[in-house]
Amino acid sequence: MPLLPFLFLAALSIIFAAGVILQRHPVHSLLSLVLTLVVIGILFIGLDATTVGFLQMIVYAGAIMVLFLFVIWLLNLQSQPIEGGHLALKFVGALGSAALIAELLVFVLHLPPPVGHSKPLALDYGSIGKLAQGLFTDYLVAFEVTSILLLVGVVGAVALARRTTAGSAPGGAP
Amino acid sequence: MVPPSYFMGLSAVLFCIGVLGVLLRRNIIIIFMSIELMLNAVNLAFVALSRAWGNVDGQAIVFFVMTVAAAEAAVGLGIILMIFRNRETVNADEINLMRW
Repeated sequence: MPLLPFLFLAALSIIFAAGVILQRHPVHSLLSLVLTLVVIGILFIGLDATTVGFLQMIVYAGAIMVLFLFVIWLLNLQSQPIEGGHLALKFVGALGSAALIAELLVFVLHLPPPVGHSKPLALDYGSIGKLAQGLFTDYLVAFEVTSILLLVGVVGAVALARRTTAGSAPGGAP
Repeated sequence: MVPPSYFMGLSAVLFCIGVLGVLLRRNIIIIFMSIELMLNAVNLAFVALSRAWGNVDGQAIVFFVMTVAAAEAAVGLGIILMIFRNRETVNADEINLMRW
């Protein structure tokens, strides 16, 4: 990936990410987050991870964010001023984040270059076949556990969000 | 050719924006979105290092992170709905039943 497009996309993603935490209306935050995810997906494609990049846009920026949007609409959240909270907490939070970012930046800028850095890539690097080959051989157990995880997630979401009928104990069987 | 450390730096910045969101905002939906932002920052680091080493392991892990995020979003939003139904609020400071 050339430097100039990278810098452009990096600036864009930081601006949108800042929008997530600075917007007053939750829907605007959500739209900022969707744009951040799309920009990160483009960065993935720029890193030759084509399959993961498109998955990121379809599954993450598409499906998961629509779930968020539905919940925000369901709760009918309105625009609110950015909450006061404790000033001390804000101060400690900002300080801690600044310390964390400084530490991480110092750390990553002193990383030794990876071993295979200059090696030419395989022609099908990032293709869906290459990804599936990894998923169904090295990560087969994790892949199968993922299906159980999703099943448990669906059952849990339905059990939590189900409206209990009047007269039954909250959380109990209707 | 952008060195991988640039991507790691961008990943660190995005992660810290997510941390700031969790610490500074009190709206639980926005806290939840900040968590998604942190997950994505880590995904970016995974993909960048996967590219640098020329193997596909990092991308497989990103795939798993996406599934975990999907399950987490479904359950988490279910919990938020439940809380809103019982307490009529999404402010994290007002949800203090289990606070010491």
